Amino acid sequence: MSLSIKEVEHIALLARLKLTDDEKERFSQQLSSILNYADKLKELATDDVLPLEHILPIYNVFRDDKIQPGSLREDILSNAPVLQEGQYKVPRIM
Amino acid sequence: MELYQLSLHELQDILKKQDSSSEEIVLSILKRIKLVEDNVKAFVTLDEELAIEKARKCDQEKDYTGISGIPYALKDLICTRGMRTTCSSHMMENFVPTYDATVAAKLKEAKGILLGKLNMDEFAMGSSTENSAFYPTRNPWDLERVPGGSSGGSAAAVAADEAPFALGTDTGGSIRQPASYCGIVGLKPTYGRVSRSGVVAFASSLDQVGVLSKNVRDCAIILNIIAGHDPLDSTSVNVDFPDYTESLSTDIKGLKIAYPQEYFQQGVDEEIKEVVKKALLKYEEMGAVVEEVSLPHSEYALAAYFLVSTAEASANLARFDGVRYGIRDLEAENVVEMFSNTRAAGFGDEVKRRIMLGTYALSSGYYDAYYLKALKVRRLISNDFEKIFKDFDIIVSPTTPTTAFKLGEQNDNPLTLYMNDILTVPINLAGLPGMSVPCGFAAGLPVGMQIIARPFDEAAIIRAAYAYEQYTDHHTVKPLLGVKENG
Repeated sequence: MSLSIKEVEHIALLARLKLTDDEKERFSQQLSSILNYADKLKELATDDVLPLEHILPIYNVFRDDKIQPGSLREDILSNAPVLQEGQYKVPRIM
Repeated sequence: MELYQLSLHELQDILKKQDSSSEEIVLSILKRIKLVEDNVKAFVTLDEELAIEKARKCDQEKDYTGISGIPYALKDLICTRGMRTTCSSHMMENFVPTYDATVAAKLKEAKGILLGKLNMDEFAMGSSTENSAFYPTRNPWDLERVPGGSSGGSAAAVAADEAPFALGTDTGGSIRQPASYCGIVGLKPTYGRVSRSGVVAFASSLDQVGVLSKNVRDCAIILNIIAGHDPLDSTSVNVDFPDYTESLSTDIKGLKIAYPQEYFQQGVDEEIKEVVKKALLKYEEMGAVVEEVSLPHSEYALAAYFLVSTAEASANLARFDGVRYGIRDLEAENVVEMFSNTRAAGFGDEVKRRIMLGTYALSSGYYDAYYLKALKVRRLISNDFEKIFKDFDIIVSPTTPTTAFKLGEQNDNPLTLYMNDILTVPINLAGLPGMSVPCGFAAGLPVGMQIIARPFDEAAIIRAAYAYEQYTDHHTVKPLLGVKENG
């Protein structure tokens, strides 16, 4: 398994990461070598094995829908890098 | 003996007898921190004033139950209301949480005294604490060496007597490996035993909060406080847990111990094998039954771990987008550019690498071949353990294949660095509890022994670890740290 620069660029876009040319070059080599190592898993026959997401016997967890004290709006907003009129401000989307 | 040298339960005794005050303990620790911290660099944030103020309050109230009046510190991804929580990342350098993580709230409620926040590999990704965006932490046993990671600050602080205990998190060995490198006790509880609410997530099906302490008794005391169901964490399990201090027994006659042959191969240093095999002989002397077993899928664990953990990380770290918290690229003209530039500036090399790998493993056309395949192998690994635990109470192995390595020694090839976790990641994949206990030295550096038990049977680990600790004296040897005592 070898990742081309073009593939690295595609993944970086999906991951919303702007990479430098040097990073693209390096990640292409490093990710290829990690994926080669991961190919080891292909040695195992797993057609009849169920995937294991986590070990707990938990499926859906419900709670009563009751109003409880939570964080204050002003507190939460205080960590935002850019605010306008008590709301998060972001660059244009459309 | 100075106050800062004492362990948690020794400090409890002193406070109960009122031989010293909480303020004296805190001042002793702060003096110690001042003396060694320039070398060790375990802390990211230290709040001396708050600690002294809280200690005085404890002394006024003369309330010395539980951990009241005893200082501690937290890994810097455990949210603390009003105290900066950085994840050792530029992304979150100025983030001040608006609430306490459940574990932080529990220690606060028990009136422990928070000293500050401890350095780590950025977003818990790494095995050396060299991936901290701020500075590397150093190993108190040899300042040229790493303390391990990602909870390297937590392990180094406890080993250097800068805190009697600390909390860390463990996704693939991040408590056990640094505990091993620094010669202290480190417990990763069963997945679901301790709430993860308010703990910044790396890989949600693997992460677990745990304890780093000077001895097994202290670990049991803290586990009693932090364990238990939390409605704020839907993966914390609503099952009863015992008083773990009741497992502090030296009677292990008939205890059935398995040691997996695979954990004594895979490039494990000869000296480490020898030290751990000696520990197994000690267990036999104490009356335990020790047998070799096989966990046949062990060699696949690291690959499965990397695919599962990076896939989950790529999803978890999507939240760092420059909108609600953290840094923001203010120049960007559209939102995709803003996300991409912010994340490029905020994340370090290792975090980017893992997000890339995880995104790839989940991407269209590769999901089945990588992520799904890894989850299937995860079941095979879990089945291996289940089979052994039909006949045995605990499994014992080395915690790490080597002792602490030198700073900068493993920076070239990410894959070699990942190999450090080869003996600890299978335990996270299977969700089991595991502890690293000091069990000797190799060339002057601490060696850790890993004890693994059935899900939710931390009591079996504590019993076995305590018995071993009482039978030997490895845990009493302390690093010299190359600084002169002055009083």
